[in-house]
Amino acid sequence: MKKISSILFCFLAVVSPLWAQDVQMADTMRQEGKIYVVVAIVLVILLGLIAFLFFTDRKISRLEKKLNK
Amino acid sequence: MPDGDHTNPPYLRPEMKKTWWKIACVVLLIYTAVGGLLLEVPRLNIVNETIRALYFHVPMWFGMVFLFLMSTIYAIRYLRQPSIVADIYSTAYAHVGLVFGMLGIITGMIWANYTWGSPWHGDPKQNAAAIALLIYFAYFILRGSVSNDEQRAKLSAVYNIFAFVAMIPLLFIIPRMTSSMHPGNGGNPGFNTYDLDSRMRLVFYPAVTGWVLLGWWIATLRIRLKLIEEKIYDLEDEKNK
Repeated sequence: MKKISSILFCFLAVVSPLWAQDVQMADTMRQEGKIYVVVAIVLVILLGLIAFLFFTDRKISRLEKKLNK
Repeated sequence: MPDGDHTNPPYLRPEMKKTWWKIACVVLLIYTAVGGLLLEVPRLNIVNETIRALYFHVPMWFGMVFLFLMSTIYAIRYLRQPSIVADIYSTAYAHVGLVFGMLGIITGMIWANYTWGSPWHGDPKQNAAAIALLIYFAYFILRGSVSNDEQRAKLSAVYNIFAFVAMIPLLFIIPRMTSSMHPGNGGNPGFNTYDLDSRMRLVFYPAVTGWVLLGWWIATLRIRLKLIEEKIYDLEDEKNK
């Protein structure tokens, strides 16, 4: 019984990653490193918008100070 | 309505001008973008790589519910103690919340088009979310149709509470009672594998926090601008006296 279960376990350990590989993912894109292009573009847009938000925040702070005088 | 200094506490809550949580928001969003695209996700049929949309689509709804909740809290505060400041807070939160909700529904339509087969699939949760947004659209129509400041603030505060109370069953109860294709609704086991997936939680929770903070940040900017506007009106009034 122990033998059978250990054989079954080894079989599953070998086969289950193969199952997982059946589902199509963007593996080629990742291997070629092109995913970093996407990451870079997303980061530039995100950081650009956030920088804009920071400057707006500063502008409002300046206005508040001016009004409090 | 009480007037006076609209740009200083207690009118302007001090945490709004703090920088630390804004930096935390930026760090979390950068992590979401990088980790969300690069870290491992479960390999599932149909959704495939689009499972990563979870880090961007779902936080929009978290952000919306948070902002609408804040809006309702200030609506209740207004009704307890009427002040133009509470009205300004309540409206700004509702405004940004509506933007988040619209982004949520648009991203949901894009995602549905590729995984369910059409942008509008008549999914109960999708329909209910659309109804919730329409209820909040009506909030702004109501505000636009009353010219008296005090009446507008009072009516919209009452309506705001109704809108929030109507939204809760629409988003969280009705879709669970019928069969919905949204994961975790109507006994749909679609994403159970990742419901338990700790790899996705590692990105999902920071993503939710980051996006919610971003929504709050934008709302505070609108609030501060409106308070400045109010103060300018006050100064003009004083001049004209």
